[in-house]
Amino acid sequence: MAATWDTIVIGGGHNGLVNAAYLARAGRKVLVLEKRPRVGGAAVTEEIFPGFKFSMFSYVVSLLRPEIIRDLDLPGHGLHILPLESTVTPMFNGDYLAGWPDHDETRRELCRHSLRDAEAYDEYGRLMHFMAHAVRPILGMVPPDPTSMAPSDLAGMLKLGKHFRGLGAEKFHALFKLMTMSAADFLDEWFETDVLKATKSASGIIGTFLGPRSPGSAYVLLHHYMGELDGVFRAWGFAKGGTGSVSESIAGAARRFGAEIRTDATVTKVLIKDGRAIGVVLENGDEIRARSVVSGLDPRLTFLGMVDRKELPSDFIGDIERFKFRGSSGKVNLALGALPDFTCMPGHGPHLRGAMSISPSLDYMERAYDDAKYGEFSREPYMDIVIPSLIDPGMAPPGKHVMSIFVQYAPYHLNGGWTDAKREAFGDAVVNALARFAPNIKSCILHRQVLTPLDMERITGLTEGNIFQGELALHQLFFMRPAPGWAKYRSPVKGLYQCGAGTHPGGGIMGASGRLAAMAMLEDRA
Amino acid sequence: MALKFTPFHARTAPLNAGHAWRRWAGYIAASSYELVHEREYHAIRSAAALLDVSPLFKYSITGRDAAKLLDRVITRNVAKLKPGQVYYTPWCDAAGKMIDDGTVSRLGENEFRMTAADPTIRWLHLNSKGLDVTLEDVSEKLGALSLQGPNARAILKQLTSADIDGLKYFRLTKADLRGVPVTISRTGYTGDLGYEIWMDADRALPVWDALIDAGTPYGITPCGMLGLDMARIEAGLMLIEVDYVSSHHAMIERQKSSPYEMNLGWTVNLEKEWFVGKAALEAEQQRGPEWSFVGLDIDWDSLERLYAEVGLPPKLPAAAWRVSVPVYSGAVQVGYATSGSWSPLLKKYIALAHVPAQYAKPGTALAMEITVEHYRKKAAATVVKTPFFNPERKKS
Repeated sequence: MAATWDTIVIGGGHNGLVNAAYLARAGRKVLVLEKRPRVGGAAVTEEIFPGFKFSMFSYVVSLLRPEIIRDLDLPGHGLHILPLESTVTPMFNGDYLAGWPDHDETRRELCRHSLRDAEAYDEYGRLMHFMAHAVRPILGMVPPDPTSMAPSDLAGMLKLGKHFRGLGAEKFHALFKLMTMSAADFLDEWFETDVLKATKSASGIIGTFLGPRSPGSAYVLLHHYMGELDGVFRAWGFAKGGTGSVSESIAGAARRFGAEIRTDATVTKVLIKDGRAIGVVLENGDEIRARSVVSGLDPRLTFLGMVDRKELPSDFIGDIERFKFRGSSGKVNLALGALPDFTCMPGHGPHLRGAMSISPSLDYMERAYDDAKYGEFSREPYMDIVIPSLIDPGMAPPGKHVMSIFVQYAPYHLNGGWTDAKREAFGDAVVNALARFAPNIKSCILHRQVLTPLDMERITGLTEGNIFQGELALHQLFFMRPAPGWAKYRSPVKGLYQCGAGTHPGGGIMGASGRLAAMAMLEDRA
Repeated sequence: MALKFTPFHARTAPLNAGHAWRRWAGYIAASSYELVHEREYHAIRSAAALLDVSPLFKYSITGRDAAKLLDRVITRNVAKLKPGQVYYTPWCDAAGKMIDDGTVSRLGENEFRMTAADPTIRWLHLNSKGLDVTLEDVSEKLGALSLQGPNARAILKQLTSADIDGLKYFRLTKADLRGVPVTISRTGYTGDLGYEIWMDADRALPVWDALIDAGTPYGITPCGMLGLDMARIEAGLMLIEVDYVSSHHAMIERQKSSPYEMNLGWTVNLEKEWFVGKAALEAEQQRGPEWSFVGLDIDWDSLERLYAEVGLPPKLPAAAWRVSVPVYSGAVQVGYATSGSWSPLLKKYIALAHVPAQYAKPGTALAMEITVEHYRKKAAATVVKTPFFNPERKKS
């Protein structure tokens, strides 16, 4: 049977869709197969309670590559990213720490806590800005393999070497520190205010199984800082209509370029003949042929779930089996009849339009991790809270609100395993921890959805509920992601490609993996 | 003598966190209410923005020959303007060069309201010789608010029983807005779904209060001129004395522009019997305009390269700019951009520019001057169709 399609994309997550859109734009006949009734993967908006729409899993957009937005005309397909302007961290003593969009306002706020930190803050910001600027080109580049003598790898390493040398000694050393230190240690070099360090350290642990005092967490700090780099234009934001609208707009673009997207179509197997991918098999037994297949799923699902072991070299299988997931975050989505009232900042001020960070001290954060280290969810977790309906009123009925709570830690491998009772106990812990700072929260709740890493895995497929399709740990980045030698979106099976966040540069609603994979495929004429 | 306050000043002044005011037609107008204007811009595109546009010049034109007068003055055909309809239109001098642009609303058979950016009563008088019309400058008598954004309709529907759903693009209706008689027109300067609300100046505050009250659950956000400027550039809408010079103010001939040169050919009705500038415009239409007013999309990779040369990420002004910037074809300056802005929505750096007609075709590769660390460079730019952003909801 001849191939009907040039390419089949397994999984209609945002990376799969970006990949499909770029391939279709280049004239390829592309078919996207998504197992769920809607596209988006972990970037979906669902009305889980009548009238209340939730970005069910992924809830903020920071790293979505602007060139993707432009190339695919995503605003023309309904994408609008709204700024998340502030962060407020309530403290146990009734005080708070706030970061505002206006520089002077932020400085004055920091001065309340420490005059020295207020000054260091600008310098720190400048350094991180430079670091992010230094690292960002790497995000847009196919990672060269340092052990390979192939001309393209050598050229890539040379480019990278030049790039790092161009940084100068001071910045190179800072980069080295970022690559090796813990977020807490790194921040200690800059600041003395505990709540400031705790709040900053939060972006060093998101999506990882690390605590703020674990080495390696400083890099994750940087990874998230890059989201702020669109630079002069703060890019941390909230997609109007929820993160599902990111996926919908990419799907719209892909369709306009001629791609076909089928939902409720579960792929169970990649068809391989003579070492070459020739199509896929669906759950219902249908076979669909294509000249190439690309998977937006994580490496474990793709290679251990859909490819016959005999088709893969055993060292590659070993690498994929060792690729760490260890989902560590949960999500609690609340439908609210009224707004929460924070003791530290009563009323409905502009602070509610930004992020509320439950990160009162470094010890609090590290203790939250301690629980997880020993297989329990955090009794008092770190939480990143946003109220999207205050930014985009369309998310809830007029006057009512939705609250999104990202929670860490909720280990996938919970002692005794996750049960319904444990899920609810976890939800209670979250609400109780929040109630310490916003006592009226319990009376505001109309509906509560608690999602554990196990739920994330069950619903989206993400292995062990890891939001980044594999930990953003140093040994799993760049030319090691997902496996040494196979970091360039290709795989040991000819015609089988990978385009998910399990490849370089990794997680967040970034789309870079999908785009770079499309470039690799077009280069191969696959 | 101080600048004037608009009828909404009692409400807008306490909101102006940074005391960021600017001048507009002798009034003070808010540049932005919050310290950072970005959220006000986003409200236009994602929720609803409330703008005080009272400083507009507003004229009442009534009488048996009111239509006749306006038909002489503006380039569009007033005979076809139905009661309840609004025109956007330029008006020209006898040489077919633009004096101003604004709106003409037909409130009744013999009753019109005109808005203008510049004082226009003298020009109307000069053209009303022998006509039975009454002209009145109602600029200070009327307050005006602009409610712009995707939620604008839902907000108005809370406040009036008038048929807001049935109100089409560039149509108007009389309405009772929580007890205050107003006129609501589906117009604006943002290229989005939006309305302008006109009321007696002494009833202005209750209208503001009602809109804030009903609009809060819909994300209504008071918005200043900085946010508006970004939106109007995205919408490809021109601004007098920025994008073109009124022929009444121009010092030399080449400063002037015709409607054809401003991409407003669609507003010029050469079918109608006579209007000021018709002959000149007819001739220009015959030979083809020399200039064109186009959109420029400044290439991001090109900006990144220019900034990378000095070791920086691209750094663009946080607010829209309003200065003349050279536009090149190859090494030769062929035109000039007059307004530009980063578009946070489109993630593009965009500008409005005057170029000779042969460079006006969409897709034409040009370059725009950009100053990188004190040195003048050229960034690649492509001519694109305006509006840069044109949501369906604008007209639906």
